[in-house]
Amino acid sequence: MGIGISDIIRAGPFLTKEVDSMMWWAALLLFQPTPVLDLPAKNPYTTAADIAYGKQLFQGRCAGCHGPEGNGGKGANLAVPMLGRAAQDPALYRIIRYGIPDTEMPGSLMDPRELWQTAAFVRSLGALPATPVSGNAANGERVLRGKAGCLQCHALGNDGGRMGPALNGIGARRSAAHLRAKILDPASDVPETFRTVQLTTRDGKVVRGIRLNEDSWSIQVRDAGDRFHSFWKEDLAKIASERRTTMPPYKDRLNEQELDDLVAFLAAERGAR
Amino acid sequence: MRLLLLGVILPLWGQVTHERLLHPEKEPGNWLTYSGNFAGHRFSPLKQINESNASKLEPAWVYQSNSLQKFETTPIVVDGVMYISEAPSHVTALDTKTGRPLWKYRRTMAEDIRVCCGQVNRGVAVLGDLVYVGTIDAHLVALDAKTGAVRWDVTVADYRAGLSITVAPLAVKDKIIVGIAGGEYGIRGFLDAYDAKTGKQAWRFWTVPAAGDPEAKTWAGDSYKNGSAATWVTGAYDPETNLVYWGTGNPGPDWNGDVRAGDNLYSDCLLALDADTGKLKWYFQFTPHDVHDWDATEVPVLIDAEVRGRKRKLLLFPNRNAFYYVLDRTNGQFLMGKPYAKQTWATGLDDSGRPIRVPGTSPTVAGTRVWPSVGGANNWYSPSYSPDTGLLYVAARESGAIYFFGQADFKLGEQYNGGGFRSIPGEEEWGAIRALKPTTGEVAWEHRLFTPPFSGVLSTAGNLVFGATNEGQAFALQASTGKLLWRFQGGGVARANPMSFLSEGKQHVAMALGNSLYVFHVR
Repeated sequence: MGIGISDIIRAGPFLTKEVDSMMWWAALLLFQPTPVLDLPAKNPYTTAADIAYGKQLFQGRCAGCHGPEGNGGKGANLAVPMLGRAAQDPALYRIIRYGIPDTEMPGSLMDPRELWQTAAFVRSLGALPATPVSGNAANGERVLRGKAGCLQCHALGNDGGRMGPALNGIGARRSAAHLRAKILDPASDVPETFRTVQLTTRDGKVVRGIRLNEDSWSIQVRDAGDRFHSFWKEDLAKIASERRTTMPPYKDRLNEQELDDLVAFLAAERGAR
Repeated sequence: MRLLLLGVILPLWGQVTHERLLHPEKEPGNWLTYSGNFAGHRFSPLKQINESNASKLEPAWVYQSNSLQKFETTPIVVDGVMYISEAPSHVTALDTKTGRPLWKYRRTMAEDIRVCCGQVNRGVAVLGDLVYVGTIDAHLVALDAKTGAVRWDVTVADYRAGLSITVAPLAVKDKIIVGIAGGEYGIRGFLDAYDAKTGKQAWRFWTVPAAGDPEAKTWAGDSYKNGSAATWVTGAYDPETNLVYWGTGNPGPDWNGDVRAGDNLYSDCLLALDADTGKLKWYFQFTPHDVHDWDATEVPVLIDAEVRGRKRKLLLFPNRNAFYYVLDRTNGQFLMGKPYAKQTWATGLDDSGRPIRVPGTSPTVAGTRVWPSVGGANNWYSPSYSPDTGLLYVAARESGAIYFFGQADFKLGEQYNGGGFRSIPGEEEWGAIRALKPTTGEVAWEHRLFTPPFSGVLSTAGNLVFGATNEGQAFALQASTGKLLWRFQGGGVARANPMSFLSEGKQHVAMALGNSLYVFHVR
């Protein structure tokens, strides 16, 4: 069948290539199935065997982002009693089947039974005790705005910078463990959509910044001073592009308590602002 | 006397005879078939637009489709009128001079259409004074070329079972040949021919067997019943052999091969069928027992050239499975084959052209990493052959995938996939327009593209190759070298094939970008 990438490639900062996941999301979306009109209100496949098989399916398809135990990674923490986007079973089924538009969550071509089995496993994760977050969120916000200086590069609400991804709703998208690991070692997870580039023009000018877009013959960036630059590649002598982060490691910048507090604040940041 | 003369001439005006379809080179200002000629060349002999003025290309007019589905049409142009299909199954006749619609056929579509990959349509066919379109609810419809009125409308298949038509039909002699889509629904695939005047079915070739057919032995048990092998891309025709050459799609289910052990004929094949009877003259299977969804539904390209010491009638086929094949089109003999894009599933092809598989490349529950991806190294979009440069141009895709094995329970009208796929984290995907030497598969040049393309190419006598990108640019390359001569941002993902024609004596190039059809010219 004719699978395409992306008629849904969007405008905005994600209209670029390493949006592989995005393109594949779109590809899956193109692989449109029979419209699901009548889903049962309750998952019909919830036996222990279904959940066990769902776990196998989950390990292959989902664990890469959501973690082998489903408690989050670059994908959302699913080991929670209530899934914000999927309170009811049909919603969970649809998310696994179609993905979530405008996110890196792709759809899947699993057979309906497999979709339900995967959903059953995901639901079983919520029955597990949640990973405790020990820090003090209020202190964490002070660390974020003060000592850690996170808002120099990240936005929170209308505050902050633009060099890094915005933190609004980060707690709904990333697990506490993942946030902690990322703060300690930023290189451990650089978003596929996020690239720093260094461009050298033919007359020797150098521009460094965040790549906003790229195609076969042009590239657009925003530099540290928030200026936009656009070049035809033929006018560039060199394009150094890497999935690399300019975020410093906080291993030696924050003490254990500050780190706990910061993680507690971020984990509680659910975008309700 | 003048009135009488008009009376004699008028009925003939605009009539597209089979003779005209056989000799498009006599009227290079028109574009009468999907690929521009029966041989699948997608080559325009026009050269008003050429390597010295291509940089001055600009839109002459733009037609915006109301559909937000992919716009995959190849326009047909006959004597100043352009016929395009629009998703899901509409047809519009446009004045080539102004881009203004002359008539519209708008089909009311059922709500419960079942398609894998969008309600798309790749174009129409013309013959006599009729325009033919296959519909997403699996009908074949003949329209009056002057008014768009329905002259006949026949049911090809039951769309509720997952069968649909996305292919541009091919008019051959007095018949309209049309393929079927639905390879993800466990359908029984076929290729059909209908009487062009009446819509009466002339023949059907089943691409998967019935009980008792010898081919049924190539399917475990009765798995052939849901064997798919759809025929969703327009083939080629050679009047000298009187054979229609048409590719077939994946076996069903796509990624679970365990339920259908065997070679699974005639999935992933090139079929050579007698144009009059639909009888199979020969077949060549590219990917026996496919478990990666590598349909052989690419456009076959027919040329005559010397291979193995003598001039032969060849069929060129850059396959989705990343191998490039050259066959003798008189008998299906495999002459050569080699990869033209990255692949990790076969160490090569044996003397008969059968792939020598790398063990451990089948989908698994945990996932198996294989190149090429599900989208393949090539897909439905068209290649182009230029008799001037002697090169075959292919929009090649460099990407891999992680393939999953899954359960496969057939249920009528529901997808029957048996697994799935996802991208390989951290792997760069890219693409290129590659110019291949047709008889050797050697790459003469390539022009790198940022992402794997999903749009076809057109070559012209102006030493140009036209194409378009995922990022919405139309472009022109120098056909002999691959040098970029022109680019234009059309604002939408390209999922179509370019073509060229004359309007008011001036050359134009048309291609759909996003949801608009752009028609370019040099002022």
